[in-house]
Amino acid sequence: MSTRLMALWEWFDSRMPSVAQEYKKHLAEYYAPKNFNFWYYFGSLALFVLVIQIVSGIWLTMSYKPDATLAFGSVEYIMRDVSGGWIIRYIHSTGASAFFLVVYLHMFRGMLYGSYKAPRELIWIFGVLIYLCLMGEAFFGYLLPWGQMSYWGAQVIVNLFASVPFIGPDLAVWIRGDYVVSDATLNRFFALHVIALPLALLGLVVVHLLALHDVGSNNPDGVEIKKLKGSDGKPLDGIPFHPYYTVKDIVGVVVFLAIFCVILFFAPEMGGYFLEYNNFVPADPLVTPAHIAPVWYFTPYYSILRAIPPLFHSQFPGVLAMGLAVMVLFFLPWLDRSPVKSIRYRGPYYKIALGVFVVTFLVLGYLGTEPTTVWGQFGFDAFFLDTKEIATWVARLGTLLYFLFFILMPWYTARDSVKPVPERVTS
Amino acid sequence: MIMRTLSVKRLLVALLAAPLAALALHGGAQASEAGYRLDPAPIDPNDQVSLQSGVRTFVNYCLNCHGAQFMRYNRLQDIGLTDQQIKDKLLFTADKVGETMKIAMTTADGKAWFGVAPPDLTVIARARGADWLYTYLRTFYRDPKTPSGWNNAVFPNVGMPHALWTLQGERALKIEKVKDKAGHAHVEYHWSQLSKGEQSAIEYDRTVRDLVNFLVYLGEPAAESRKRIGVIVLFVLGILFVFAYVLKREFWKDVH
Repeated sequence: MSTRLMALWEWFDSRMPSVAQEYKKHLAEYYAPKNFNFWYYFGSLALFVLVIQIVSGIWLTMSYKPDATLAFGSVEYIMRDVSGGWIIRYIHSTGASAFFLVVYLHMFRGMLYGSYKAPRELIWIFGVLIYLCLMGEAFFGYLLPWGQMSYWGAQVIVNLFASVPFIGPDLAVWIRGDYVVSDATLNRFFALHVIALPLALLGLVVVHLLALHDVGSNNPDGVEIKKLKGSDGKPLDGIPFHPYYTVKDIVGVVVFLAIFCVILFFAPEMGGYFLEYNNFVPADPLVTPAHIAPVWYFTPYYSILRAIPPLFHSQFPGVLAMGLAVMVLFFLPWLDRSPVKSIRYRGPYYKIALGVFVVTFLVLGYLGTEPTTVWGQFGFDAFFLDTKEIATWVARLGTLLYFLFFILMPWYTARDSVKPVPERVTS
Repeated sequence: MIMRTLSVKRLLVALLAAPLAALALHGGAQASEAGYRLDPAPIDPNDQVSLQSGVRTFVNYCLNCHGAQFMRYNRLQDIGLTDQQIKDKLLFTADKVGETMKIAMTTADGKAWFGVAPPDLTVIARARGADWLYTYLRTFYRDPKTPSGWNNAVFPNVGMPHALWTLQGERALKIEKVKDKAGHAHVEYHWSQLSKGEQSAIEYDRTVRDLVNFLVYLGEPAAESRKRIGVIVLFVLGILFVFAYVLKREFWKDVH
């Protein structure tokens, strides 16, 4: 660096030394285990997608109009008349799905290697809060293009709140700001989507990372690298995050961008999974689409909602089950009684349970994209069959397995056989 | 350790393959909600002659009841037309080439005359798909029971009369429910020509193909430049990957 630049830096550093201190604490002298594998790309990728969404979102708001009569047209205006508008819109719509994909893989990594276990419970809790925020962000954002799926998707979700006993109907009106989803709803969803939730999201990401850097990262072996330090006081199995993981994560970002761009430039609708066909029809409060399906990232929970039969003509049990399916994630650190963290040293019980859980999640996800009639009906009748739809019964079985994974966890993780965990990380 | 990485990769490939397989299934032959089998539309977004023929049909036959209110006339330069050509041949409902393809008919009038207001067609191809439009526009038939005297095999009891009937002529459709030897019920469609149109069946299919080709273009005018830019972006990312990978390998040499 030239002497002038050095002098400028010293001037700055003597007045605000915390910048250099934080840089050291979080990057140059943050020691991360050296054995991160493939699954460890998704944390930094999630941060990367967050930046993509914020930046593309800023540019979208420059031309978008949160007005029921103008919203649909303003999106088409962005797609046609704004220079580079279509690219920004597709970045944002593809980014929404990419965000969930990356976050799901990031959460799965936590389950593979027990990253939520002590002393990292707070990191996991902040992570689940981020996931909740993300769901809200996606839900509010999906109303903004004001297509048929936007409108009826919002209608269905807000009506879920109407099923809450006693206060439900008032609650739904309070959320919508009207008796139906309308211009008032669109305006407030816009405010929540572009200001309220992004602020909450950013704050939560900061505390998620602060909590992580206080206790240090877990790794595929589930070994605490801080236990074994060299004579210099640095963990023997740790390497500074910068430059080692910054250069490694750049490779991950480039590969991610390649996949992202294949979708963005060659299949932005992703066969109707990322941009639903019906959302190219402007919202019409008088015409209900024959088949209302949420976007793919909500479909496992949508399946659970549909699977639970109504009680006394109220959908509330299904709504409750859907809510619990998300909330149960908070308790994961205390449900898992295994003495080891990583799946590498766990026994068959946990491996089977996690495998069944993943398959269940995918099957529920698939069923949520289809009408409940997708697999036809049973050929026989029985007194306990309130519905003969095969898909509904499979979704019920899936719902049961989903909850059993968590409810039985204290039992099967405590009884599972474990292998001895090595002192040092394996390469 | 190597075994474990392999199985993780295999799992991921399976995870990625599942949605792709679902996509492939979606791309296959499909039936409309009414059960009528959709013909694959033989469209070609790079065929400018077809696109220009399509916009001619669109402006002459569709743009009286249907608008394309988010599309500007001068955007048609994309498909090889000059402003002068657009002005001379296509400006029936607007004065300036910078205007959007709006129509004079109001929604209220449309509703009164057809039962439902004719939808705007700007993004109709993205909502319905090319195959649906290609089949729909070729399966109108005479039906005295409907208010307009027309009905459609893909969209039963549609409010729209057959706007291209002078080209295709009038046809009749007999729908028969039959059972095959195994006892499975299915529907058979018997078409017959009641009066000749200006075009032969082959010519009419071409006209509709060109029109649908144009509607697909209309749905996303940037689609072709999107793919072109995509190739360049992926190429640049490929180069960037080499540099990023070499950089990573260089730094990680001293990690043991």
